[in-house]
Amino acid sequence: MSTEAVGWWGVPLAIAAGMMRGGTPFLFVSLGECLTEKSGKINLGLEGTLLTGAMSAYAVAYLTGSPWLGVLAAGCAGVLLGLLHGWLSQQPRVNDVAVGIAMIIFGSGIAFFFGKPFIQPSAPQLPTINLAGDAFAPAVQSVLQISPLFLAGVAIAPLMQWFFRSTRWGLFIRAVGDSPDAARAMGVSIFKVRLISVAIGSFLAGIGGASLSLYYPGVWTERISSGQGLMAVALVIFARWNPMQCLWASLLFGGAQAIGPALQSVGVDSGYYLFNAAPYVLTLAIMIFTCSPKRTLTGAPGALGTDT
Amino acid sequence: MLSYRSRKALETIALPIAALLFSLFLFGIFCALAGANPFGVYASIWKAAFGKWSTFQNTLIRAAPLMLSALCTALPARLGLVIIGNEGALVVGGIAAIAVGLPLSASVSPGITQIGMAIAGLMAGGVWIGIVGALRHYRAVNETISSLLLNYIAIALLNHLVGGPMKDPSSLNKPSTYSLPDADLLGSIPGMRVHWGLLYGLIACVIAYFLMQRTTFGFAARTAGGNIRAARIAGLPVGKLTVIVCFLGGSCAGLAGMVEVAAVQGAANESLNAGYGYGGILVAFVARHNPIAAAVISVLLGGILASGGILQRSHNLPDATVLVFQGLVFLVVLFSESLYGRFEFFKEKPTLVAPPEPPTSPGQESVVVS
Repeated sequence: MSTEAVGWWGVPLAIAAGMMRGGTPFLFVSLGECLTEKSGKINLGLEGTLLTGAMSAYAVAYLTGSPWLGVLAAGCAGVLLGLLHGWLSQQPRVNDVAVGIAMIIFGSGIAFFFGKPFIQPSAPQLPTINLAGDAFAPAVQSVLQISPLFLAGVAIAPLMQWFFRSTRWGLFIRAVGDSPDAARAMGVSIFKVRLISVAIGSFLAGIGGASLSLYYPGVWTERISSGQGLMAVALVIFARWNPMQCLWASLLFGGAQAIGPALQSVGVDSGYYLFNAAPYVLTLAIMIFTCSPKRTLTGAPGALGTDT
Repeated sequence: MLSYRSRKALETIALPIAALLFSLFLFGIFCALAGANPFGVYASIWKAAFGKWSTFQNTLIRAAPLMLSALCTALPARLGLVIIGNEGALVVGGIAAIAVGLPLSASVSPGITQIGMAIAGLMAGGVWIGIVGALRHYRAVNETISSLLLNYIAIALLNHLVGGPMKDPSSLNKPSTYSLPDADLLGSIPGMRVHWGLLYGLIACVIAYFLMQRTTFGFAARTAGGNIRAARIAGLPVGKLTVIVCFLGGSCAGLAGMVEVAAVQGAANESLNAGYGYGGILVAFVARHNPIAAAVISVLLGGILASGGILQRSHNLPDATVLVFQGLVFLVVLFSESLYGRFEFFKEKPTLVAPPEPPTSPGQESVVVS
């Protein structure tokens, strides 16, 4: 991006761009994690899912020439990993955090193993929608290049909110996550509900991966994810398990991620890496201030982190 | 006829070994699908990891930091905490070691420098994870998430320091701090290429085992891990226990960072964050948080890591093959956790005693209805 032309105005512009570009993977992964955690399971392995999604999207887009097929492939790869996680983490005496770490290792292994041949070639990218007309400066135009994936994510957030609040299936998921005993009394299969929630959550995380490799930064390398999958877990806590707040939190985190590079482009490059750590420090600080030993967090699913 | 205890012991040994064999089998299928001969791959892994003394030493060099970093997860796990901040503790341990080691190496003897570096690493790692424990106890911040976030903060700190304030201007391609003089590096154990860090790791594992299994402190920690309410009622200082155990775990990982800096890299750079942290979590879970078992598993995992190069060279498999293998082992071992108590063989057969005959008493004779 050419921020030189617009000088210091490039900083807020780059942050706005970061919100929409860098925020897209955050948005999908955090919505996926939100769905998973609402059912009472934690999926720490979304980092692996994100990488596998990014790789499969890039590979399929390159092989078939259609980026949308790539997005679909990323989602399907996510479902496969999600089914594995959902099944394994519900076995007796199996810790879901440990399964998550194993899935990070396994998922990134799979992604790097099969993704090796696709590092060099360039795959077709997803088309973008240009919101700004030709009258604007090129820097402004490049900021307003919006991916349909971002718009889809923005649409999914209120949809998921409505789903949890007003549908029968939403009620099932909330019941399973809040009070498994009540869900059992309702005649709901806890195993099935959690398996499906984890699988669909991973589907979304896979699409988040596709947005990394097919939209922004739009390449496939082994360093493409900077921990977005792991941060999603913190982000969902930050958003209090509320899909709409996941949207705002993703925008915030995407923007925070863009601060370091934006300042670097106008010549402030001391503390570049420290600015990169901004989202993590932010999350930690928020957790320290909002958690309390006397009560559980409002909005936290009751069965989260327990063995039931 | 085996006794109940020995059956239980057999179960805890047989299940992980069976899991390991099964994951080898799965990995073989994976390799076959990828177009490599699985038996050739097994043979290569064996040869690269354990086959020859010279290659086995490579395995041991990788096992040393794994042992130390595994304790960072294994010790707090006894308290019921799932801490995954190994990578962060290792990185800050390495930073602290080099920050103390560079000025010391200019003024005092190598022995003192190394002790100073070790103490710096221990303290830095300990404080790093101690914070996690304190946040857990006093602010109820989830320890898994906070330790995870601290990993990223530590790595950012490392990148910042080696790229700026502590950078050696001559390290262009790979930003690095100034290097320690060769005399101050941690030497090799006589007769081997393996550095003294291996001994640190073994000693730490043994101490951790005795601390947790044979002392009142360990008993108190395990009680608090088993039932926190019972521990509080018994008057145990749960908060202090949490912070101390986290400190000890973190200091082990910090020492791993010091070992990497003082014995392998000679300076702090991004190689510090080479995955020993996440490997340590794997080791701790596979070893079921037993420090002695963690030492053994570390050697096994060290072997797997050491075989990465040969898989690439002689089988044309990408270096990520090792990651896939690690992931498979981890997943299968976790699944095997759910199999404890499922096999009849490992259960004690209940001795069948015939129920006593009900005494016949007058007036209770069976009534014959005619």
